[in-house]
Amino acid sequence: MKSLAEVFADAGRPLLMPYAVGGYPDMESCARILRTYREAGADLIEIGIPFSDPLADGPVIQAASTVALARGVRPGDVLELAARAASEGARIVLLSYLNTILAFGPERFFAKCGQSGVLGVVVPDLPVEEAAELQAQAKEWSVDMILLVAPTSTDARLRRITAAASGFIYCVSTTGVTGARATLRSDLPSFLERVRQYTKLPLAVGFGVSTVEQVAAVAAYADGVIIGSALVDMVAKNSDFASSLTAIREYLGNARATLVAGSPH
Amino acid sequence: MSVTHRFGQYGGRYVPETLVSALEELDEAYDRYREDPEFLTELHELQRDYAGRPTPLFAARRLSDRVGCTVYLKREDLAHTGAHKINNTLGQILLARRMGKGRIIAETGAGQHGVATATVAALFGLECHVYMGEEDIRRQELNVFRMRLLGAEVLPVTSGSGTLKDATNEAIRDWVTNVESTHYIIGSVVGPAPYPAMVRDFQAVIGRETRQQIMGKEGCLPDGVVACVGAGSNAIGIFQAFREDTDVRLIGVEAAGLGLDSGKHGASLARGTAGILHGSYSYVLQDEDGQIQEAHSIAAGLDYPSVGPEHAFLKDLGRVEYTSATDDEALEAFQALSRLEGIIPALESAHAIAYLLGGAHRFSRGDVVVLNLSGRGDKDVYSVAERLGVSR
Repeated sequence: MKSLAEVFADAGRPLLMPYAVGGYPDMESCARILRTYREAGADLIEIGIPFSDPLADGPVIQAASTVALARGVRPGDVLELAARAASEGARIVLLSYLNTILAFGPERFFAKCGQSGVLGVVVPDLPVEEAAELQAQAKEWSVDMILLVAPTSTDARLRRITAAASGFIYCVSTTGVTGARATLRSDLPSFLERVRQYTKLPLAVGFGVSTVEQVAAVAAYADGVIIGSALVDMVAKNSDFASSLTAIREYLGNARATLVAGSPH
Repeated sequence: MSVTHRFGQYGGRYVPETLVSALEELDEAYDRYREDPEFLTELHELQRDYAGRPTPLFAARRLSDRVGCTVYLKREDLAHTGAHKINNTLGQILLARRMGKGRIIAETGAGQHGVATATVAALFGLECHVYMGEEDIRRQELNVFRMRLLGAEVLPVTSGSGTLKDATNEAIRDWVTNVESTHYIIGSVVGPAPYPAMVRDFQAVIGRETRQQIMGKEGCLPDGVVACVGAGSNAIGIFQAFREDTDVRLIGVEAAGLGLDSGKHGASLARGTAGILHGSYSYVLQDEDGQIQEAHSIAAGLDYPSVGPEHAFLKDLGRVEYTSATDDEALEAFQALSRLEGIIPALESAHAIAYLLGGAHRFSRGDVVVLNLSGRGDKDVYSVAERLGVSR
């Protein structure tokens, strides 16, 4: 199995990284969404474990999480979805709030991740100061703990975070929660440049990337583009699931074409 | 000495990276100003001339007769805006100004913290937005009107149960978005470090005054100090001055709602387990997957599924006795204090009174007990009337 570092290195171009809320709109449909992501050219798929109080998420992902939870989706179910997708050839990163991992038991959680073929775990409410213990447990199973940096991170923090990071760095594109933005922050390129001063790890950009044009813009200076709410919204907006999948396929196809066309850095 | 981040294993700072620099900035500002003579003088003058401190310590004779020991009421209900919340908002607004933040946000449950925040924002001419759950807006309409009169924007929160937890989520999301211009005035001893320690320190004025006042009136320390515990700021505030006096029983009263076994209560310490909510590690009402459960209390200010991390620490330590009172007991206490002393208490504070009226307190005649009357009950009269079947 390839590690995250190898996945980025082998691609030679920015990765297409779509996100899905695990178990949304239901378990079987979610499995089909993950398959559609892969077939449409996703390089790395991020699956979120639904949490009751997702502080870092905007209205679209909050609403999808609420639906999944109301359907009885549990963390173990999402781990199974991940294992299934991985066995079909998808490369998977999980996103989980910290309380979910604590309740599951960190040791058991990372063991499951490792056994399921999950390559990395993103914990949006875990700053680097509190991360060491979980990182050690993740490492035992060759799972990368993905740390986040934000435009508000000071240079001192960037140094500390990048020193502790593995896999890739999740760069939050803007101050705020997840969800579509009309425009991206104009200082995004200089922010990524600032991060690159401290690390050779790949930089993936997430939060607020929604249109194919934005994907292309971000790809000009990032190593991966994470698209979340825009895709979840395609499922939420279409009353007919088949049309959702068509919309997703078309969108990801276009996004991938821009990534392949763009020159590698 | 730096600001405390951990209380034993509890506390910490579990927030998105976007907020960490702002918390570090707040940490530094608080550490710098908390012993700064100019800051302390300004805070002291505002506490005295604006908020009306010190608040009185009142010997409640008829209540004492009823409960069988000498009861003093620490009259936080007489502080400006009608509750202890002003102690914290005054401290934090002075910090916000020194940090150059022009926009203030807050969450509120009962509306008392929202009013106290709107008040200090008005005092300094700062823009103020208060997040409040839809359900709380309904049951605390008087406070909603007060906040709007004070020039604050009240933002209804419809997610989850539409109560304090959800309002706090939304306030944190706002802060993540506007962190560069905004100071978030958290209303209790919860949230990521440095909030629990900082809010405690701003509320500790309650205990300092109480200690001095009771020594003046009784010539000795009290046998017990009783306070209600939602997230826990009024309790920490009054307990703080007596922490080292191990002969003084400290008693925190949580909301038992419809009963501890009903699944509808706010008793995080009695029935919660260790977990993370709103940036700190403490006791939390959660299911086996770590999903946060909805709390319930007739008192909006106690309707919260977690508790300040220092309370979690004090519980494990055994220094504070934590107990609880149900909605019905609080309602009865609400009416009892009104008739016995001519003081209409907040439904939150009524939980502490219910503990003494309940008779399981083990204090005897001759014992002296101080009860923190954390707020006044004007805000609650409509919902109590509704509950008692009185038409408006």
